[in-house]
Amino acid sequence: MESLLGEFSVGLAFWQAMLFLGLLLLLRKFAWKPILNSVNEREAKISESLELAEKTRAEMETMKAQNENLLKEARAERDAMIKDTKETVNTMIEDAKGKARVEADKVQSLARDAFTAEKVAAIAELKTQVASISIEIAEKVLRGELASQDKQTTLANKLVEDINMN
Amino acid sequence: MYRLLRFILVVALLSPVLTSSVFANAEPHHGAPNKELTPEEKREKNTEFVKHHTHDSHSFGIVSSEEGGWHLGFPLPVILWDGGLHVFMSSAFEHGEKVVESNGNYYKLDTHDGKIYKTDEHGTVMTKSTVDEKTDEETISKLKPIDFSITKNVFTTMLMCLFLFFLFRSVAKSYKSGLAPTGAAKFIEPIVIFIRDEIAIPNIGEKAHKKYMVYLLTVFFFIWFLNLMGMTPLGINVTGNIAVTFVLAMFTFFITQFTAKKDYWMHIFWMPGVPVPMKIMLIPIELIGLVVKPFALMIRLYANMLAGHIVLGALIAAVYFFDAYFAKAAFLGLTFFMNIIELLVAALQAYIFTMLTALYFGSAAAVHEEAH
Repeated sequence: MESLLGEFSVGLAFWQAMLFLGLLLLLRKFAWKPILNSVNEREAKISESLELAEKTRAEMETMKAQNENLLKEARAERDAMIKDTKETVNTMIEDAKGKARVEADKVQSLARDAFTAEKVAAIAELKTQVASISIEIAEKVLRGELASQDKQTTLANKLVEDINMN
Repeated sequence: MYRLLRFILVVALLSPVLTSSVFANAEPHHGAPNKELTPEEKREKNTEFVKHHTHDSHSFGIVSSEEGGWHLGFPLPVILWDGGLHVFMSSAFEHGEKVVESNGNYYKLDTHDGKIYKTDEHGTVMTKSTVDEKTDEETISKLKPIDFSITKNVFTTMLMCLFLFFLFRSVAKSYKSGLAPTGAAKFIEPIVIFIRDEIAIPNIGEKAHKKYMVYLLTVFFFIWFLNLMGMTPLGINVTGNIAVTFVLAMFTFFITQFTAKKDYWMHIFWMPGVPVPMKIMLIPIELIGLVVKPFALMIRLYANMLAGHIVLGALIAAVYFFDAYFAKAAFLGLTFFMNIIELLVAALQAYIFTMLTALYFGSAAAVHEEAH
């Protein structure tokens, strides 16, 4: 302890205190404040950038999901549209077919009607002709039959017979 | 600045080699002409040599030869307070051989303890006798002026302060060109961040550490670089001086007391959570602790650095003490090894001082939310 105190120099302690205090104040103003500020600023910047990157990534992710959804929707819409179109086409074809059928039926029935009418007319005509021909024949036959008296009587008898029998 | 720093590190690493070459100049004194010295005398001389190199000095000696009687170095101003101011250069003492007259007073340098004593014109040291009233014992003490000289340690500290100022200012300036560290900042910045993240924040706290950072950083680099200066072969021993460590410990002590929150005083004078008799008993214990903390800081740094210097000095002296070449070689190797260890100690002691300072600041700044 004695030698410890003996070694203690008041002057050295005084200078040391002055110099250290001076160094402390100078470094505070010219070194530590700017250095610590820069370091803190940089750290803040780095963490900010990292955060931003993270945020951007998340945004990208949501955007990607959104895109996917959009794509899905578009695809579904397209499918629906195709389906719709097909259906429309089908119904149109069906409609057309139906209409055509109806039209054809109409045409057919018209044709049939016309044919029937023609047929009826033709038959009627035929009938009249056959009738006239028959009458002519009958006239001729009658003329032949009626040429002689016998024959007239026979015929008349026969006819009467026929009527009687009825 | 970065180059200068590198230079200092290289010099510190090479110091065993350089130290040996410096002492090689003094070889004749240890060599053949002094063969008649007995081993005891030799031992005493070596002890003197080691002691001398751990002491502060009034001149900046670089190389000296006792054999040749010459010294290489430069004088430093001597400033004495003895009823008035006395200023002269230390060269006036002529290494303790001459009595210096200044404003009517006479002073002489004692080369053994490196102190300046008041003398009469013939160089006889003036004494003062004091009688202890209780024991009637008379103690005779030499008269000493108060010494405010720019000694070797003060001069070295001045240079170091300038160096640190320019170094850290250049580091601070380098951030102006961009946020990424360039030049010396690449070396300094990790240490600054280490002190902040590993020393300040864990011990003081996220919020309170900011106002202590200036002191912690300054004290760390101050001690570390002065420790490294002590590794150079110039025989500088600033941090191994009790006055220096006393001042540093005092700074820590006063900053702790002046920034202390209510809780800190509460824990000293009225310890919460213990019974009242214990509270009263704890007061003196806590008060002793208050003083012991800076005292331990002071002694730890002082003793570690001084011990390192003494060991290195002794090992270097041993190189010359033994005549056998293998012994010389062995001690040279050991000196080199010790130098590497001392480089580690230089950083370690700076770290420990800063660490404990932060711990004390932490207790001062702590705010306890709940009662214990």
